[in-house]
Amino acid sequence: MSVTLASASAGKAGPAAEDDLDAAWREAQRRLRLRRRMLPLAGGAGLLFIWWALIAVFHVRPFIAPSPEVVAITLWQKFPMLMANLLPTAIEAVCGFLLGNLTAIVIATVFVHRKTMEEAFFPIAVLVNSIPVVAKAPILILLLGNGLAPKIAIAAIVCLFPTLVNMVRGLEAASPQAMELMHVLSASKREVFIRLRLPTSVPYLFSALKIAASTSVVGAIVGEWIGSQEGIGALIIQATYNFDSALLYATVLCGSCFSVLFFLTIRLLERVVISWQPDVTNL
Amino acid sequence: MSETVTMPATRAGVAIECRDVTVRFSSDRGSVTALANVSVTLAEGGFLTLLGPSGCGKSTLLRVIADIVQPVAGSVTVLGQTPAKARRDRQIGFVFQDAALLPWRDAIGNVRLPLEVGGRRTLPPGAPGPQELLDLVGLSGWEKALPHELSGGMRQRVAIARALLGGPRILLMDEPFGALDEITRDRLNEELLRIWRDTATTIVFVTHSIYEAAFLGQQVLMLAARPGRVRELVPVNLPEPRQLSVRETPGFAALAAHLRAVLETC
Repeated sequence: MSVTLASASAGKAGPAAEDDLDAAWREAQRRLRLRRRMLPLAGGAGLLFIWWALIAVFHVRPFIAPSPEVVAITLWQKFPMLMANLLPTAIEAVCGFLLGNLTAIVIATVFVHRKTMEEAFFPIAVLVNSIPVVAKAPILILLLGNGLAPKIAIAAIVCLFPTLVNMVRGLEAASPQAMELMHVLSASKREVFIRLRLPTSVPYLFSALKIAASTSVVGAIVGEWIGSQEGIGALIIQATYNFDSALLYATVLCGSCFSVLFFLTIRLLERVVISWQPDVTNL
Repeated sequence: MSETVTMPATRAGVAIECRDVTVRFSSDRGSVTALANVSVTLAEGGFLTLLGPSGCGKSTLLRVIADIVQPVAGSVTVLGQTPAKARRDRQIGFVFQDAALLPWRDAIGNVRLPLEVGGRRTLPPGAPGPQELLDLVGLSGWEKALPHELSGGMRQRVAIARALLGGPRILLMDEPFGALDEITRDRLNEELLRIWRDTATTIVFVTHSIYEAAFLGQQVLMLAARPGRVRELVPVNLPEPRQLSVRETPGFAALAAHLRAVLETC
C-alpha cells in the first residue's frame, strides 16, 4: 500500500497532499470492506474444519452425526429429490406468508378504525402471539387435518399475529403533531389513513414481515411433521427415523437456505420501499 | 392602541376574538384548568406573540383558535366565523414545534400536502403555488430533498411554506423555532417578519423566549400559569421594518426588562 501511495504522490508534482490523503482513505475503506467479507468466510471454513476433525478424531458413527463431506455428497446425489420436497414446503410457506400478512393488515386496519374491536380482541392477539409456533402447530393440525391447505393455514396463522401486533402499533405511530396537522387540514379519516397512517406503518410492517418470512417456513415444516408424505418437514421425520443423518442435515440445509433467501427477498423489498428512511439503507 | 394603527392591515377587521375562554383537561388526578377566562382580540394583519412560563396554556390557546381543542366555556370567533368553519375554509395555517413533515415526501411534496387532503384540489386564484412558497422561504433548489436531508431550520422553512399554501389569512405558530440554534433562529425571525409584511397574514406566535416575543410581536400577550390566564397585554413600539439590530437599542432593552419583570410574577 505504501508503494502505491508513493507512486501516486510521485506522479503528481506540487502540493498533492490532499489527493494522497484521499487515496489513502479510499484504500483503507477498500481493505475494511474486504476484511468484512472475508472474515465470515474464514470463520465458516474454520468451523467446517472443526466439525470434520471432531468426527474424524472421535470416530463418530454416521447415524449419530455425519461428516461434512458426506453431507455435501448427499446434497449432490439427492439434489432432485430434495428440491422436489422443498417445492411443496416453499409453496405452503409463501402462500401462508401472503395470506397471513394480508389478513393481519386488514384486521389491523379494522382495529384502528373501530376502537371497540381493538379493545375486545387485541389483548387476545397479543396473548396468542406469545404461544410458541411449535406449540400452536399441533393444535392446528388436529383442527385442519392433512393436505396442502392446512399447512398453508398453519403458516398463515403463525405469520398473522406478529404482523398484526406490529401493524397496529405502526398505524398508531403517527406523531400527535402530524395528526393535528391532518385535523387542521380537515382531512377525512380515509385521507389520514392513506396519507399518514399507512406510510408511517411501513417500517413497522417490514420488521414484522422479516420475522414472518422465517416463521412461515417454520410453520410449513412443523405442519408437515405429522402424517405428511412430502415436504421438508416430512423428509426430516423420515431421515430421523431411518437414522440417515446425512440426509437429515442436507434437508435442514435446504430448508434454511430457502428461509434465508425468503428473508433476503423481503429485506431487498424493504430497502426499495423505505428508501426515504436514512437508517434502513445503512443496514 | 397605537400599534393597531401602524399595522399593515388592508382590512381593519377583527381576525381573532376569544371571550372568556376556559379549557379543562381531565386526567387521573382530576381535571386541570389549562385556560381560565382568557379574552383577547387581534386585528387582521396583526402579529401577536404569546409569552409565559411552561404550563400557562400558550399552546392550548393556539389549539383552541385552530379548532384542535374545544373550550368548555367562552366563545371564539375566527374571521367572524367559528374556528371549525375557518378551519374547513382553509383560513388557518399551523406550524408545529417539530415541523411535522412527512419523512417519505420531498420538500415540495410536503408543501403540496394541503392540496391532497380535505377536499381541496386547487389553489384560490392568485395564491402562490408550492414552488413560489419554497422560493419565498428561501429553499429554491431544495424541492427534491427529503426531510432527513434538510437541517432543522430548513425543515421549519418547509413547514412554514406548507402552512402558507392556499393563502390562509391566519398563521398560528407553536414555538416553531424553539429547537433551533440561536443563529438560525435569528435569521428565521427576520425572515418571518419579511414574510408577514409580504403576505399580510395575521400571525399568532407562541414562544418561551423574551427576545423572540419582543422582536416579532406588535403586541405580546403574557399568560400566567396554573390556571392559564391573561397577565398583561404589552404593546410593542419599535421602529419598522424591524431588523435584528433593533435588539441593541435602549427601547428594546427596556421592553425586554419589562417582560422579564412581568414574567417573574406569572
